[in-house]
Amino acid sequence: MTIKADLELVALTKRYGGTVAVDRIAHHFKPNVYACLLGPSGCGKSSTLRMIAGHEDISDGSILLSGRDVSHLPPAKRGTAMMFQSYALFPHLSVRDNVAFSLRMAGIDKPARDRRADEMLELVEMTALADRKPAQLSGGQQQRVALARALITRPQVLLLDEPLSALDPFLRIRMRAELKRLQRELGISFIHVTHGQDEALALADEIIVMNNAVIEQAGPARDVFNKPKTAFVARFMGGHNVLQLPNGHISLRSDQMQITDIGAGKIDGRVTGVEYQGTHVSLTAEVAGGQEVTALMPDAAFLETPKDLGEVIGLSWEDRAVHPVSA
Amino acid sequence: MTKQLTAWMQAAPMALVLLAFLVAPIIMIVIVSFWGATEYSIYPAFQFDNYDFLFGSPVTYRVFFNTLKYAAITWLLTLLIGFTVAYFLAFEVRSLKWQIALFLLCTIPFWTSNIIRMISWIPFLGRNGLANSTLISWGVIDEPLEWLLFSDFSVVLAFVHLYTLFMVVPIFNSMMRIDRSLIEAARDGGASGWQVLRHVIVPLCKPGIMIGTIFVTTLVMGDFITVRFMSGSQRANVGRLISNDINLLQYPSASATAVVLLATVLIVIGLLLRVVDIRKEL
Repeated sequence: MTIKADLELVALTKRYGGTVAVDRIAHHFKPNVYACLLGPSGCGKSSTLRMIAGHEDISDGSILLSGRDVSHLPPAKRGTAMMFQSYALFPHLSVRDNVAFSLRMAGIDKPARDRRADEMLELVEMTALADRKPAQLSGGQQQRVALARALITRPQVLLLDEPLSALDPFLRIRMRAELKRLQRELGISFIHVTHGQDEALALADEIIVMNNAVIEQAGPARDVFNKPKTAFVARFMGGHNVLQLPNGHISLRSDQMQITDIGAGKIDGRVTGVEYQGTHVSLTAEVAGGQEVTALMPDAAFLETPKDLGEVIGLSWEDRAVHPVSA
Repeated sequence: MTKQLTAWMQAAPMALVLLAFLVAPIIMIVIVSFWGATEYSIYPAFQFDNYDFLFGSPVTYRVFFNTLKYAAITWLLTLLIGFTVAYFLAFEVRSLKWQIALFLLCTIPFWTSNIIRMISWIPFLGRNGLANSTLISWGVIDEPLEWLLFSDFSVVLAFVHLYTLFMVVPIFNSMMRIDRSLIEAARDGGASGWQVLRHVIVPLCKPGIMIGTIFVTTLVMGDFITVRFMSGSQRANVGRLISNDINLLQYPSASATAVVLLATVLIVIGLLLRVVDIRKEL
């Protein structure tokens, strides 16, 4: 089963009354891609996903899957499947019946659908708990069941709405590795909505950063992180300082900042915060114009020349670290 | 120790109220049901005369059957109507404001008493009532329908009118608790509208349906006034049997009938609770 399904959004728009939630966005998702829709809450990323899934009517534009216009098809006819944020498992059905639900709706007889459901449960390593009810499962287990339920329809694109947000941080890291593994094994596209940039960076082949109903930047994870086009992207991805200089805005990765003596750097600043982060120490300084700059230094380097709150330091960087961004 | 004492004290007022106004009267009724009676007196005793008479009379069985029949028909109709109304309120009406407004609209009839609402059917359904004259003027019928009033039809109609809301409220409550993403998930799995109803909404409404069922069956089985008014005293149920006995000051006999009715209702509810566990809903 290797359908090379690419998904294309054409001038996709969602309006709720007078407000525009998604404003004529266009994007082409390549086949077999792990894509993350990233953005702050209310940026339109969830509406976009729900439109792709068919759970939200589109106001304008269209959605093409493998070249076929699916804009107005019912959710189950699109070749997509959705995994819901709260997993949306049917509380009255056992794990196996949850997974087999769509097959039951399609009128497939019980032995056949149970066999398929057991295969899917094996894929997500939940065979042992097949007879439990969702309420008897932990968050991570519920998520595996939700995954199996979504995948049993053999979708070309799996849509995941903040799938990891309900898990504790430890489990989140484990589950995201598993999502990535599944995506590779199945060879289908995953489109994953998240507001966590670390999650997006860890998972995505392609990151689509959204803000105010439009796509701010889209591209491979490394490009989006290293070459943010706008100040918003640089700030949202984190790990960047955005400085307003006379000749425009620049972004600087905070781990490429150097601490120097007063006057020896490109800019002077007063230390306003020192945060120990284990492997690194994060030093925040206020520079001219009241702007805050964060320098991330290895803990050993910091211990050699410790700085205190209120101390004035010089900050420097190499010219090749400078990256101009639009405001 | 003091903590336990506090707990007992806190539970005491309600316990005393229930004891004085629920448990004690029931015990009294049970005791009186074994007493004896003559045409002009009742006397304390422990005898089974009342029960012997009750179970020995074919009227009892007929009347109990009639009571169960009213309960079953009313249950079925209130369930169908109540579920539909609740579904409309919960799923079709999108804004909370309208939901509340329409819900309050449903309760407006409750601003008048049961009896007035019941009696107001009489001029509507009577031989020369609104329903008959309208049907005649439309040419649907040539002469007035006799079965509209003072019949099983009018009794059940009044029951349904009076008690449908008791079905609507718990079912609506159950429906409002259904996570809307479950319905989307069902749609995502390819379920049609009917399949969503059959496989997701109805199973998740079972506790609400059950609570509504208990309300309606107990209300109908315990009723006597609706049957009396709406049947023009031509139909009987257990409540009327008891009320007649009381009017004749036959308290022991009335008590015995009441005890049997109570047992019947408890058995019915016990059976219902075996089908659905409502504890998680409460």
